[in-house]
Amino acid sequence: MTTEHLPEHPDFLWRNPDPKKSYDAVIVGGGGHGLATAYYLAKNHGMTNIAILEKGWLAGGNMARNTTIIRSNYLWDESAAIYEHALKLWEILPEELEYDFLFSQRGVMNLAHTLGDVRESVRRVGANKLNGVDAEWLDPQQVKELCPILNINDNIRYPVMGATYQPRAGIAKHDHVAWAFARKCDELGVDIIQNCEVTGFVKDGNKVVGVKTNRGTINTEKVGLCAAGHSSVLAEMAGFRLPIQSHPLQALVSELHEPVHPTVVMSNHVHVYVSQAHKGELVMGAGVDSYNGYGQRGSFHVIEHQMAAAVELFPIFARAHVLRTWGGIVDTTLDASPIVGTTPVENMFVNCGWGTGGFKGTPAAGLTFAHTIATGEPHKLNKPFALERFETGALIDEHGAAAVAH
Amino acid sequence: MLLIPCPNCGPRDETEFHYGGQAHVAYPENPAELTDREWAEYLFYRDNTKGAFAERWLHSTGCRQWFNMLRDTVTYDIQAVYPMGQPRPDKENTATGTTAPTVTTPVSPEGAIK
Repeated sequence: MTTEHLPEHPDFLWRNPDPKKSYDAVIVGGGGHGLATAYYLAKNHGMTNIAILEKGWLAGGNMARNTTIIRSNYLWDESAAIYEHALKLWEILPEELEYDFLFSQRGVMNLAHTLGDVRESVRRVGANKLNGVDAEWLDPQQVKELCPILNINDNIRYPVMGATYQPRAGIAKHDHVAWAFARKCDELGVDIIQNCEVTGFVKDGNKVVGVKTNRGTINTEKVGLCAAGHSSVLAEMAGFRLPIQSHPLQALVSELHEPVHPTVVMSNHVHVYVSQAHKGELVMGAGVDSYNGYGQRGSFHVIEHQMAAAVELFPIFARAHVLRTWGGIVDTTLDASPIVGTTPVENMFVNCGWGTGGFKGTPAAGLTFAHTIATGEPHKLNKPFALERFETGALIDEHGAAAVAH
Repeated sequence: MLLIPCPNCGPRDETEFHYGGQAHVAYPENPAELTDREWAEYLFYRDNTKGAFAERWLHSTGCRQWFNMLRDTVTYDIQAVYPMGQPRPDKENTATGTTAPTVTTPVSPEGAIK
């Protein structure tokens, strides 16, 4: 076949510009968080002379590798506030971005398998209600009614003892979310520059004034880091440290199946989380690999463990075939909460540490990080998530609600 | 899965081991004298190296001994294993600008599954 027989390429959703000599702000990282940050910088703060630098292709890192789950049922006030704000933004974004990215509020269940799980879950439901987050406690029978394919029998190693349920939670098509943001960013004048790797920073004293890249040096007044698993590498280039450890996190999909799974089921204890994508694949996430890694792949026994848990909970999956598995690099913190705020370097800001749960936070990360970059001060929602909390001790321990053990 | 060359038991599957994070982090000599910043550094800040990384492993279902390992965090290649308390084997070379690491316990090419 020659190219003559191919149809016209559809319209591109964004330009592919060369970098300019200077920008008012540069965002490093063209994933969901970088795109959302640029979008809100342009929309809410009128900063349109800005660029997103992406070392690979747009949204090809964790934005392409996550399991697309969106929920806000976190324990502490600070987390509930920022994740619930994110959820409220998810609810209006398809219209605002004029792009139906298949946001489906099919609910999320977090299963409890031990008495400890039950106590933690019931406590979290109570905390969620006080924070205006929709949450219910379900007994095993109610779990079965909502998700008939779940095995609630006592004959498994960790029987289902109940679940928390957030009806407004759900999934969205991750690639389309990125493209929706990218198209709007482009319309607002933001330069999205792909294949542009940051190799260093230009500083005047302790102030950042430029970004060195493989496509030349770009002058800028402000820099926002949105590089997830590579945040430590960039921070080191800029001359400061982050309390981040990068780990591989794996996921997999099955072949396409008829719709069998009506909601999203997560289990912290036996460690699997499952939904069924619109096309029909079963999408399953695993736990993090224990070792530090930048390889975008992990060890097979982690996948094996996750599949064992999935098949015990969902016996009908036993004959489903794995289509592919993959890994991303997640940036974990010691308290399982993100870092969004200022850095020891003047005019440089950091958004990282979202670890295993960055996708759901995308709109709120973008909104609050844009506010921080534009004004130099944190938004009230990200103020508790400052880097300084590791010195003051005001940690926000979300290991219980983060759902992926690390 | 990594195939880890335990210095006491030989090559074993990663599932027999427990990861211990960055090696060579000493407990502060006078913790009470540290500033909040220094204490935070000790508690929460660890290197997150992309490349050769010295880390601790415990052979928890084998000899139950801790040891140090030099592993590349991008390729996952295991470059050396060495006893706890011994200096990192590639450090002196870094100082002289040589890139090839000297290994105290050479690992055969099949030492790591990639």
